[in-house]
Amino acid sequence: MSEAAKAPKLGAPIIEMRDVNKWYGEFHVLKNVNLQVRKGERVVVCGPSGSGKSTAIRCINRLEEHQKGQIIVDGIELTANLKNIELIRREVGMVFQQFNLFPHLTVLENLTLAPIWVRKVPKKEAEETAMYYLNRVRIPEQANKYPGQLSGGQQQRVAIARSLCMKPNIMLFDEPTSALDPEMVKEVLDTMVSLANEGMTMLCVTHEMGFARQVADRVIFMDGGQIVEMNTPEAFFANPQHERTKLFLSQILH
Amino acid sequence: MATATTMLPASGSNGLQRFGLWARANLFNSVGNSIITVLFGALALWVAWSIFKWGVIDAVFVAPNMRACQTAGTGACWAFVGEKWRFILFGRYPYEEQWRTAIVLVLLFGMTGASFVPKLWRRETAYAWVAVLIISGVLMWGGVLGLVPVESDLWSGLPLTMILSLLSMIFGFILAVFLALGRRSNLPVVKLICTAFIEIMRGVPLITILFMASLMLPLFLPPGFSVSKVLRALIAITMFLAAYQAEDIRAGLMALPKGQFEAADALGLSYWRKTKSIVLPQAITIVIPPLVGNLIGNFKNTSLVSIISLLDLMNTTQVALVDPNWRGLTSEAYLFLGAIYFVACFAMSRYSQWLEVLLNKGKRR
Repeated sequence: MSEAAKAPKLGAPIIEMRDVNKWYGEFHVLKNVNLQVRKGERVVVCGPSGSGKSTAIRCINRLEEHQKGQIIVDGIELTANLKNIELIRREVGMVFQQFNLFPHLTVLENLTLAPIWVRKVPKKEAEETAMYYLNRVRIPEQANKYPGQLSGGQQQRVAIARSLCMKPNIMLFDEPTSALDPEMVKEVLDTMVSLANEGMTMLCVTHEMGFARQVADRVIFMDGGQIVEMNTPEAFFANPQHERTKLFLSQILH
Repeated sequence: MATATTMLPASGSNGLQRFGLWARANLFNSVGNSIITVLFGALALWVAWSIFKWGVIDAVFVAPNMRACQTAGTGACWAFVGEKWRFILFGRYPYEEQWRTAIVLVLLFGMTGASFVPKLWRRETAYAWVAVLIISGVLMWGGVLGLVPVESDLWSGLPLTMILSLLSMIFGFILAVFLALGRRSNLPVVKLICTAFIEIMRGVPLITILFMASLMLPLFLPPGFSVSKVLRALIAITMFLAAYQAEDIRAGLMALPKGQFEAADALGLSYWRKTKSIVLPQAITIVIPPLVGNLIGNFKNTSLVSIISLLDLMNTTQVALVDPNWRGLTSEAYLFLGAIYFVACFAMSRYSQWLEVLLNKGKRR
């Protein structure tokens, strides 16, 4: 299965980061980050905490602002132009470490809110789509519950479904399993694997190296705000080029 | 003592038996405690008895004037309330037309009560409010449908207090939401204006704002254009309340996890949609206790309009006391007034506690 999934049927570049730089005050978080992700590609980003990996993917849907360089998503350049930002956010789904479901809305309402108000989908159709994706993440029976009544793994699967309801071209994952109890990690990873197998363009910040081996087309290692190493998973794990990569891998792969 | 309270016997089948055991465990568990219990028990009984004797046993319920009251008994002279309640409640509003303000009172209380019921939190209720406010306006002002016109300067008593409180509540809250959002805005001018407004209103006593509204506002209006005293007071109270509630709401906005804003942004929701569907419902739920606290304060604050000679409930009570036939019955008058305020405020307070539990049910992690 994984061989077929990795067959390079990749399209044109859909995310382009050119010499992206970002500072938090004096602190230089991103240093000349260059990255090209093609349509249908699955990229895993790893690195020690504080390496800028989360910041980098949060720049792609403008949750963070970059100060220098260019970011082009789906042919639209990210600038201060609010119209462009909204257009890009429609096409880019994001899953957070802390799930960030809306606690005052039911699961179904969480899923239909954005399609109804952003995509202007009729309510009934939005609910049908929502039920389709809840089935896909295998929790349709939770539709009328509130997020607080669900387990962490269920909440994260709802969060993935919520993003999918917007029919995005790109999915960003920001450490989606880091806040989960160990026994719930697998159910979320399974959902992500099946998404990857369907050809979704995915950019995942994660420490789940098993996931990287199984589905990634490329693995990126970041440290100190820079991309240190970028390779296919086979080469990345078998033969890391840089000392820092070797050190990092020796620390997380016991 | 603290541990003793946990010694409630589960076997105590009847209430009295259980109370006896509880009393022994908590009130009479040592010689010192027994003495203190007896002493304070006696004091409490004596105070309660004195109040009861003054307010009921020795009280006079029917009398033509204060002198008759004093010869008939040594306690409270409730005959005063019997004689003056109508003036205290309705004031100088023309006597034959007071049925109109009575209807307004019933309508306003009814709508307020209905708005307390979660099942009625619907668009229709908002429309009903608009209708009730229009009907109330017609009844209060008159001049149409064959109703005798009544100057707003004659509006008084409980209807005036209710109108000032409810309208300032409605408009103040709406204004407060925008002030709170504005104070957190990225637009420097909006932020500056909202911050300045809030800080000025909170930095000045309400009495000052009332005086400014009633004395200075007319100076700035074009000649021939006048705003009634009631409206001027209403504007002042609304702005004052809005400033305080804006700060409550801002606290709620700050308490909301950043992830909620980010998730809404990531989904592509516009600023106003995000604010209406995600941010405000959660932020306001968090700050219900201080918001209701301010509403209670505001309800009592309306009594300050007596200072700019509006005849609210406080002022009608004071006017009733000036009557030479009933002079000096301050205790009775203020007890009656206090009872009205207390019932209203206590109801709001209990309702807010109930609401908090209701809104938090099953929705928090």
